[in-house]
Amino acid sequence: MTSAQASPPEALRNAVIRLAGYSQDGIQSIGAFLAQLAGSTAQDVMTYMTIPSTISGGPSIFQVHLGSGKVLHPGDEADTLVAFYQDSYDNHLKSLREGGICFYDSDQVKELNTDREIIHIGVPFTSAAIEAIGGSAKDRGKNIFVLGMLCAVYKLDKEKLTAIISRKFGGKKEDILRNALLAFDAGYAWPVHDINHMPFAPGENEEANRLSTDGNTMLSLGLIAGGVRFGAGYPITPWSSIMELLRSELPKYGGMFIQAEDELAAVAIAIGAAYSGHLAITGSSGPGLSLKSEAIGYACMAEIPLIVVNIQRGGPSTGLPTSVEQSDLMQAIYGSHGDAPRVVLAPRDVQDCFYTAIEACRIAREYSTPVIILSDQAISSRIEAFPEPDLEKHWMEPTLDLSDRGADFKPYPLGKITRHSPPGARSTEGKYPVVTGLEHDEWGHPSSNPINHESMSAKRREKLIQLANSLPAPDFFGDEQGDLLFVGWGSTYGPIKEATDQLRAAGHKVGSLHLRHIHPLRNGLGDIFHRYTHILVPEMNDPGIYGHGQLATLLRSVTCNPNIRSLNKIQGITFRVKEIVDGALKTLAL
Amino acid sequence: MSTTPPAEPLTKKALRADHPTWCPACGDFAVLASFFNVVEKLQIPHEKIVCVAGIGCSSRFPYFVNTHGIHFIHGRALPLATGISLSRPDLHVFVFGGDGDGYSIGGNHLTHAARKNVNLSYVIMDNYVYGLTKNQTSPTTPIGRKSKTDPRGAMDRPINPMTQLVATGATFVARTHAAQVKHMNEMFERAILHPGFAVVETLSECTMFYPGAFDSGNPRKGGAFDLVDETTQDLTSTAEALKLAEDNSPGKFGVYYENKLPTKNENEWAWVKDAQSKSPDLSGKDLLRKRFASMR
Repeated sequence: MTSAQASPPEALRNAVIRLAGYSQDGIQSIGAFLAQLAGSTAQDVMTYMTIPSTISGGPSIFQVHLGSGKVLHPGDEADTLVAFYQDSYDNHLKSLREGGICFYDSDQVKELNTDREIIHIGVPFTSAAIEAIGGSAKDRGKNIFVLGMLCAVYKLDKEKLTAIISRKFGGKKEDILRNALLAFDAGYAWPVHDINHMPFAPGENEEANRLSTDGNTMLSLGLIAGGVRFGAGYPITPWSSIMELLRSELPKYGGMFIQAEDELAAVAIAIGAAYSGHLAITGSSGPGLSLKSEAIGYACMAEIPLIVVNIQRGGPSTGLPTSVEQSDLMQAIYGSHGDAPRVVLAPRDVQDCFYTAIEACRIAREYSTPVIILSDQAISSRIEAFPEPDLEKHWMEPTLDLSDRGADFKPYPLGKITRHSPPGARSTEGKYPVVTGLEHDEWGHPSSNPINHESMSAKRREKLIQLANSLPAPDFFGDEQGDLLFVGWGSTYGPIKEATDQLRAAGHKVGSLHLRHIHPLRNGLGDIFHRYTHILVPEMNDPGIYGHGQLATLLRSVTCNPNIRSLNKIQGITFRVKEIVDGALKTLAL
Repeated sequence: MSTTPPAEPLTKKALRADHPTWCPACGDFAVLASFFNVVEKLQIPHEKIVCVAGIGCSSRFPYFVNTHGIHFIHGRALPLATGISLSRPDLHVFVFGGDGDGYSIGGNHLTHAARKNVNLSYVIMDNYVYGLTKNQTSPTTPIGRKSKTDPRGAMDRPINPMTQLVATGATFVARTHAAQVKHMNEMFERAILHPGFAVVETLSECTMFYPGAFDSGNPRKGGAFDLVDETTQDLTSTAEALKLAEDNSPGKFGVYYENKLPTKNENEWAWVKDAQSKSPDLSGKDLLRKRFASMR
């Protein structure tokens, strides 16, 4: 055992804990418990996990970044590593910072000699947990044992933590909760003599009611708050948890979610429900979105309000199904045949998933158009803590408008936004409308008249221009003009913000724009870009054969600004802050 | 709220819209006439009728009737109709399509809409050929029949629509002939009144590309219009229905299978009712607040 002592116990502001084991060991639950505790003790938290693309087992990590102040990213390197197996120890020791602590399961792991200054502490997780629970409990409980140990090491609020555990296991069989608490107490009492305990500074988040959960949960709940009551989907990682949640939640709200036989049926069912007058949702991940593309084009043509969620994953085709990328941007904006304008929004973090979903609902209704929500694998599964949304402000009650339509009703009026007459609404003087994907005149009759097609295309385009004119200014922080402007979208928000802070602290004039509205873009971005020497777009996709990532390509085409460059990463994992800082420094040196 | 007086009785005249763009003597005209007859007879509220279609000649149907209609993409009319039917159980959902739309590109959806027993009526106007795209082989084209995509004659065995339909688990399966409007009326009426997934395979001749395809089922052309004998046939037996279906040329006309099973609509709405009854005094907003409380 390395004998280096940790620094004297002054209050911690941040700690990154990496749990490395196999996916069935319950390391996700340890992380989730820690995250929930952070939320309820006014601390901030962000988690990061890797899931193996296997049915059961396989190496997996769960990383928790706890902070007394704002936490913007899951952490570049770990302060504490908990290794359950030899391979988790071997593979993740390098993620530990110099001077960090490695707790390893001494029943499983053989300690290596390393020339780095690491505090090694062997604890027999497996046998100690078995002993605590008693008898033949096998591996069960060792995750909760570790949780108890971490609770003691970091002087976490034991009372709150055991309350959270009790709530989680309380509904199950009595002995499950008893065993969990026994394992927890054993871990808590385990003598970890060689280090000083490391209490956190009190959390600085003042809002009383804070929630801790993942992005897919908040996206689903946002859809419900936004008035979505019907939907359909087909399972695909990392989208599936949204459909699972909506399938069981929507009936409580008087709606339903259908598991379809395939992606094409899923989008068709959702369009059917939307045509019937309800706000409906479908969703998928990359390859599934491709399969839905024809029907999404139909929804643009027929002007159906529809929400389409895409939780982006890695690579084309089946690619990297459990990894993160931001490479469906072009598919989301342009992916269909013909000119099929639609709206694309991207949430920046877990909390924002909720508000982005509500905004998507509002836009879909107001502009009678499909809206694609581009989330990604990183936001979908990571846990954050944030203030509970104020439903008085954000709740949208769904309505079904079956009022009569009179002689003046035109299904597709030129110069006005389409307002469909759903079935069940009487046409008292005119004809009943046909909703169609064929090019149509104002009455919905098929028409291939050349001028009509041009006018109708303009009508579908114009409403997005109207939307663009009404968009609020995007998130901005940093210097209003200067050396470099970051432009980001989606889950890169946190690392970009942190990188901005670091670069400014080092004396650079740096600003950062984070876009939620990807299509249409807000007007006037070009004017903002002109105030900076360099514009750098960190995005998790490939620079492609023309050398620019997908958002950078779009921004270059919109603003004709040659100073826009992209900083690309496609390793299936999120940006580290350091990578963005280094990229910016390289750009600044140009 | 309605501001107009109650609707007058629904007439065929009120149901007519644009003149169909089908070719002269197309079998689909008979289907249209039959639809008018039956809807007028049953007096379905005008605004509650929805006509759904995919792509193909027959799928132009929604434009030719004055009801709510939706003309969707190729092969996907059934899932679209599933979304309409499930989300709006107050509506009468009719789906119209052809053999290409129903048995080929949309084949998978047929199985699943049937197995779910979605409450709707589906009329397949089968003409054994692709008509709108001008004479290519369809999934029901007989072996040896020449088309633009099979210039030496169709090579692949055609599907047998009736075995296919019975095997999907559809709870009402019938077959009729466009030259027998009275029989067609009866089949449509029974399909509409059937709760659940009701499908009627309708032999509807394409006079342009495949004239004479169904003469063997038409007494006026020297064929036989042979009916299912419902006094001896057990309509709730899949095995008996499949036996009937084996004889496909021209085969029997009438109801092959009819069985009342719980519909997807009933099952899903029962769940909704049950889920809502568990917290009857909570608004949606309060329900979500309760959910938030569990995430603290």
